[in-house]
Amino acid sequence: MSPLELLRSALRGITANKLRSILTLLGVMIGVGAVILLLAVGNGSAQSIRDSISSLGTNTLTVRASGGGGFGGGAAATSTSEKQITAQTATTLESAHLGHVAAVVPQVSTSLTVSSTAASEDGVSIIGTTSGYFAVGTTAVASGEAFTDDDTASAQKVAVIGSTLATELFPTGSALGQTVQVDGTPFTIVGILKQQSSTGFTDANSVLVAPITRVQRSFTGFGSVSTLTVEATDSDSVDAAAGEIEIMLDQLLGQTADDESYTISNASDLLETQEESANTFTVLLGAVAAISLLVGGIGVTNVMLVTVTERTREIGIRKALGARRRAILGQFLTEAAALTLLGGVLGVAAALIGSRFEINGTQPIILGYSIPLALGVSVAIGVFFGSYPAARAANLRPIQALRSV
Amino acid sequence: MARSRGTRVPVLPGETVLRLDGVHQVYGSGDAAVHALRGIDLTVTTGEYIAIMGPSGSGKSTLMNILGCLDVASHGSYTLAGHDVAEMTENELARVRNQEIGFVFQSFNLIQRMTAQANVELPLIYGGVARAERARRASESLDRVGLSARAGHEPVELSGGQQQRVAIARALVTDPTLILADEPTGNLDSRSTDDILSILDELAAAGRTIVLITHEDEVAKRAHRVLTVADGLVVHDSAAVAA
Repeated sequence: MSPLELLRSALRGITANKLRSILTLLGVMIGVGAVILLLAVGNGSAQSIRDSISSLGTNTLTVRASGGGGFGGGAAATSTSEKQITAQTATTLESAHLGHVAAVVPQVSTSLTVSSTAASEDGVSIIGTTSGYFAVGTTAVASGEAFTDDDTASAQKVAVIGSTLATELFPTGSALGQTVQVDGTPFTIVGILKQQSSTGFTDANSVLVAPITRVQRSFTGFGSVSTLTVEATDSDSVDAAAGEIEIMLDQLLGQTADDESYTISNASDLLETQEESANTFTVLLGAVAAISLLVGGIGVTNVMLVTVTERTREIGIRKALGARRRAILGQFLTEAAALTLLGGVLGVAAALIGSRFEINGTQPIILGYSIPLALGVSVAIGVFFGSYPAARAANLRPIQALRSV
Repeated sequence: MARSRGTRVPVLPGETVLRLDGVHQVYGSGDAAVHALRGIDLTVTTGEYIAIMGPSGSGKSTLMNILGCLDVASHGSYTLAGHDVAEMTENELARVRNQEIGFVFQSFNLIQRMTAQANVELPLIYGGVARAERARRASESLDRVGLSARAGHEPVELSGGQQQRVAIARALVTDPTLILADEPTGNLDSRSTDDILSILDELAAAGRTIVLITHEDEVAKRAHRVLTVADGLVVHDSAAVAA
């Protein structure tokens, strides 16, 4: 039989029992649609993480006190000789004129209630830093201006706040020049930060940035700082800068490479980890969807077995008229493959429509290869899951098949 | 692949079409064994119109299945148009059924949801005949049984007699060596029966070799030779009596 005739007889078989075919087709359609759409969702979330990596800037490093920072008292008790990373450390590192280091910005942080005359916000992250903070990375000032080195030196009560915080505290007018109370201390707002995309669980736009000296004096005390942000001279020098910083810090803190109280991380490391987990998530979603495709495939086997049983007599007639094993096999395989291909095409259509909508905050991005892959897989499923019923049909003995009612 | 029509060796009148020698058919084994055929010898020559008669359980259906290459005998030899059927593979048997035999069944056995034309074309599809040639020959064949006007109808839209005529057209379309009709009028009223029997008469007159299985004397009377089967043996052969 020619391919065209096979196809025609397959379509005849599929339309012979429309409801049953549609239900089977639905199973494959849901499977294929789910594979494409869920891969697209995973891909979309990985893509948004990649976007935030590039917005973060690729030439910054973060030095963070490891372990000890959180429970400083205990750490101090066990190793009294250990020196801590302080604001002074940052100044020392910067003035050492290391070859690959452009700037070292110390940060202390805490979380406090900030209030204006109009409103009050709990749990605002308060960052104490130097003016270098606004030059490193992507934390730029949108309106007003950053505080200056003089402000830092004299511990002025000035602050730059995030855009969300600004609109929440001053819903009616501009926040610039206004005064806010941070845990009872008044700060004058001199600038508002540019809108930033949030990467973690906290809103990056609900933040108050003030001179480190003021934050230490009023809130955190003059102990260790929480992080140092190091800007490398360019993105290729990040690793070299990390090496230089490590050597200097070990000297300053009197530590060896094996026993360090801090970790240096590339600013994008964290996001890369997040991207990896997003990819894992994509694979997981794909696997779940693949299982539904498998279930759809089993449905195809089931329906084809019923079809073969129902059409045993037809198979007998065809054999009596001289159909070879291969012709019968081809007929039923084509029928199964046509059924699943049709389901696959509808599944692709459903996925394309579904991907136009935002799903749980993620805009799905269809992976180019997933469409031909899903279509190919759906045909393969038809052939694979149809092969058992088709072989059963092909192996029927003509007299037995003819005798069936 | 299928033999092309042009090179086909014509079977001349009086030449042997099929020959059975000591054919036994046993189903099952041991104590449960059923001997359906117990040694059938039969020679059919070109142009013969034979009726095989016998009560149910006599083995005539088993004989029909063996003659039609739908089943292979347990013992004995069967030669059809010069081919030794006992030695054949499944694909070769399929080819013989396609090329040498035209079946007409009691229950018509047309494929539903396919037009009369498509049903008649089916053996040609399995024989690898090209589309245009197929359509031409199927039309010709339908014309021969007087059903050209109904070529586009599906079996459900045809009467029993018309369905059986389509089945005869399908049996004729490959120009087979042997037409095997198994109770062809068993499901028909008397008018349709006459119709079908006249067509078979015409075919016999045109030199076709026909083997007809029936249990009705009326039907058997139309044949040139009547073979009576009982308990798996040929108990009477009108040709032997005549000779």
